Amino acid sequence: MKEFLIGRLSMEALPHEWFTIGGSAFFGALILALVVILTVTKRWGWLWKEWLTSVDPKKIGIMYFIVAGFMLIARGGLEALMMWLQQALGSSDMPGFLGASHGYLSAEHFQQIFTAHGNIMVFFVAMGFIFGLINYIVPLQIGARDLASPFLNTLGFWLFVAGVVMVNMFFFVGGEYAATGWLAVAPLSGTEFSPGTGMDYLIWSLQISGIGTTLGAINFIMTILKMRAPGMTLWKMPAFTWGSLCSMIMAVTVFPLLTATLFLVFFDRYFDTHFFTTALGGNAMMYTNLIWMWGHPEVYILVLPAYGVFTEIVSTFSRKAIANYTSNIIGLIGVSLFALSVWLHHFFTMGAGADVNSFFGVMTIFIAIPTTVLVFTWIATMYKGRIRMTTPMLWFLGFIAVFTFGGVTGVMLAVPPVDFQFHNSLFLVAHFHSNVIGGVLFGVFAGISYWFPKIAGYRLNERLGRYAFWCWMIGFSLSFIPMYILGLMGATRRLDTYDASSGWQPFYVLMLIGGIIIAVGVALQLAQIIASVIQKRRLHDSTGDPWEGRTLEWAVPSPAPSYNFATIPQVTTRDAYWEMKKQGIPARKFEDIRMPKNTASGIYISIFAFLVGFALVWHINWLAIVSLIGAIVCVIARTFNDDTEYVVTAAEVEKMEETRMAKVRALHAEKDTGPDEDMGLLEFIKLVITWALNVIRTRRWRNQ
Amino acid sequence: MTKQTDKSRQNRAILYVVLWVFVLVLLFAVLLNGTDIRMLNPKGFVAQEEFKLIVFTTAVLLAIAVPTLFFLYFFAWKYRESNTKAKFDPDKKHGKFFIFCLWAIPVVFMLVLAPVMWVATHKLEPQKSIDSENKTLTVQVIALRWKWLFIYPEQHIATVNYVQVPVDTPVEFDLTADDMPMSSFWVPHWGGQLYAMTGMTNKLNLVPTTLGDSTGSSAEINGKGFAGMKFTARASSKQDFDAWVRHVKQLPGVLDMVEYESLLKPSENNPSAFYSMTEADLYDKVLMKYMGSHDHHMGQE
Repeated sequence: MKEFLIGRLSMEALPHEWFTIGGSAFFGALILALVVILTVTKRWGWLWKEWLTSVDPKKIGIMYFIVAGFMLIARGGLEALMMWLQQALGSSDMPGFLGASHGYLSAEHFQQIFTAHGNIMVFFVAMGFIFGLINYIVPLQIGARDLASPFLNTLGFWLFVAGVVMVNMFFFVGGEYAATGWLAVAPLSGTEFSPGTGMDYLIWSLQISGIGTTLGAINFIMTILKMRAPGMTLWKMPAFTWGSLCSMIMAVTVFPLLTATLFLVFFDRYFDTHFFTTALGGNAMMYTNLIWMWGHPEVYILVLPAYGVFTEIVSTFSRKAIANYTSNIIGLIGVSLFALSVWLHHFFTMGAGADVNSFFGVMTIFIAIPTTVLVFTWIATMYKGRIRMTTPMLWFLGFIAVFTFGGVTGVMLAVPPVDFQFHNSLFLVAHFHSNVIGGVLFGVFAGISYWFPKIAGYRLNERLGRYAFWCWMIGFSLSFIPMYILGLMGATRRLDTYDASSGWQPFYVLMLIGGIIIAVGVALQLAQIIASVIQKRRLHDSTGDPWEGRTLEWAVPSPAPSYNFATIPQVTTRDAYWEMKKQGIPARKFEDIRMPKNTASGIYISIFAFLVGFALVWHINWLAIVSLIGAIVCVIARTFNDDTEYVVTAAEVEKMEETRMAKVRALHAEKDTGPDEDMGLLEFIKLVITWALNVIRTRRWRNQ
Repeated sequence: MTKQTDKSRQNRAILYVVLWVFVLVLLFAVLLNGTDIRMLNPKGFVAQEEFKLIVFTTAVLLAIAVPTLFFLYFFAWKYRESNTKAKFDPDKKHGKFFIFCLWAIPVVFMLVLAPVMWVATHKLEPQKSIDSENKTLTVQVIALRWKWLFIYPEQHIATVNYVQVPVDTPVEFDLTADDMPMSSFWVPHWGGQLYAMTGMTNKLNLVPTTLGDSTGSSAEINGKGFAGMKFTARASSKQDFDAWVRHVKQLPGVLDMVEYESLLKPSENNPSAFYSMTEADLYDKVLMKYMGSHDHHMGQE
């Protein structure tokens, strides 16, 4: 009876180790603080109506940023530092502490940390940031007012959040995460070798957020293909929209594979089937094959929008149209096509034979062709331009330095005999971090600082942004050059301890120092955002076009109104807004606007989806069935809801536009005309301390 | 900000970058002094060939990467906003020749790499035996939780976490695993790795060419004891090898089914162990365990 009611749950599942107690206390305190603040300031209704149930892609984009940024700092980044600390202390001649034989983490705990680090950084940080950018920017760039299916978008976001909650759930219940590496290779991920619930948490957090990604991707493909402003043909679309389109098409192609594969692993674990087991005819190699058929395109799903971001930035800050747009876009398309046919290079060492290995090796190095073309078009864009060294441009220059390392080592790894040596070594780890940090993360940072004025209405503090950038670059070179070297020395990845005689320790220590410098960089990025909020009057963007932009998102005021465009623009050329500015901006004609209504269905469905996952982790069958029915009922109920839109009349639009303009004029008039330079670090620290002292003295958060 | 401070800031930044690169070079030059970078210090025929390929691909790739980086940073500097003397041509149109170069340059580089890669992949295919005047030595390797069992079928001996082979002799490592997730057999000094998986044999052919001890490990994560799954790989002269085989045969350890069952039990950081063999077909039995049989236990027939 007890087993029927609560499955395998027991008191032992509650937190009792230092990291689960610490983690659950941290998340508990955070939730408590949020509840208190929301209650005291009476903001529950506001939060629910304005944000949580919103279908506005701009608000959903910002929520993606917040969740991804939080996961980057609180989980992924912290885990990176924890691993580096363990490895710096992990030499076999040093005593262990906290009960570990080497360093301060046991082997299982260390393995759980690198597994979680990989899952979180890919699924919940990189994907979150990329979806945030796509949500906010793509509709603006194509001159659309909303999305093809706003409901699918909010559902996608809330499934993503359900995945985030699931990946943190083991702190509260269960006490362990998977220790299998981020792709959970079989047969290690089977019940035989991973009997605990950690692996089930991995399956369900990836499964739920993966389904969200598929839905979100379908929606953005429809949006980009069907909702572009009149006159914007495919070959007039901005590069970022192109990158997003390629990325989303790839996502729809490969994410169902992930879903299917994870279901098969789940069957193996739950129903004792034998798809990937060692015994009874299971084939573990098939798992490796299937998961990489998804896994390799996945990194390109992340990086293609980032390529688009860099193209926009180089073009804007060089004050030139992108050199040979056609080659640039064909480059993006070429990368996505090749990326679908190279997955086998992740397991040359499984022994497929020379013919198979050579074929996939050749396909892999051919990816370098469109990628090099992209880089060449960026260089040619800068040629005879007028380049402004803003922070987005700095991130671009940093990206090139790091990404070239990643690209060169990537082609080396594509040569099968070379891969036999480099595979599973730290050289490989350094290679893909160069690409994912240099390409995706720097792309996201560049994109956020580029589009921040559009999102917030004021630009980011440039000075602190520069400091953060240099910390990242210095930290990165100190962390990852030693990692390449360790790989060449024969260090495999995922080692929590190593022989003292190997001489590796100084390099692990350098990696830790680099990691700390990167952490300082992240702290400076947070300081940058806070300093920009403090200084928002001075940094205010009154024109909506702070960078002299070229694409349509700069045609609307900053921050963009809920309906994006009061008048849908007529597009005639590429760089549509640049052309409009040259030709003279046409007079605005106001019209009735149909907008989607807020909905909470996405939240309800995601809660049920979460419960299905949680119930299956703990073998509570009745709850899984009930929740599944609940989710299906919610979906059906939503499809019968015909009342999903409301109309903003032309008169209302005109009034809103006027109020907005009046507000902008007022802000512009009282624009802070203090010293021209953005505030530096010392000034920022001084301001924060003064503010804190003031709060203590007056017991008020804001100056009245 | 004024143009003046802008300019001096940029000059300072360039100076700092150059200084930082210099510091890094110095730092790593000092740290690397006297260390063994195994992949650049091959001690086997395969590792040597792979090392040559590493050098070749690096050279080809740097030939395209260095000029690319140079032009990118040079243009970023030359066409900076404060340099009003540089030409500004916002409507610059690029001709057919530019577009041709855009695609031709990377295509040429990859067409240079691709045939080299195809040939090398076939030449260095690990399953292919290596020609030599010396007779190939077969060593059967079973990955167990978490140790390596080496069986010398012709010499009738077996070892744990220690493998010794005669120098300049081709060695065929027959890799499999028993009750163990996928593992990867890797001796960086001798050559690249290959996976050891249950129910099948992967053949890894290597030829150690330098006398001495190296370290081998599992490169693929396979559970709790992963980091400690290391072994000593010794290349000795033919005489020393034969003497060692005779010596092992005189040691008390015997690998029979009982001893094998105890090796099957998970254990970590195992020291080396040496056995003479009574079960000649142990390796085949381990393989057969996973081949279509629904009987998970061995040794019951």
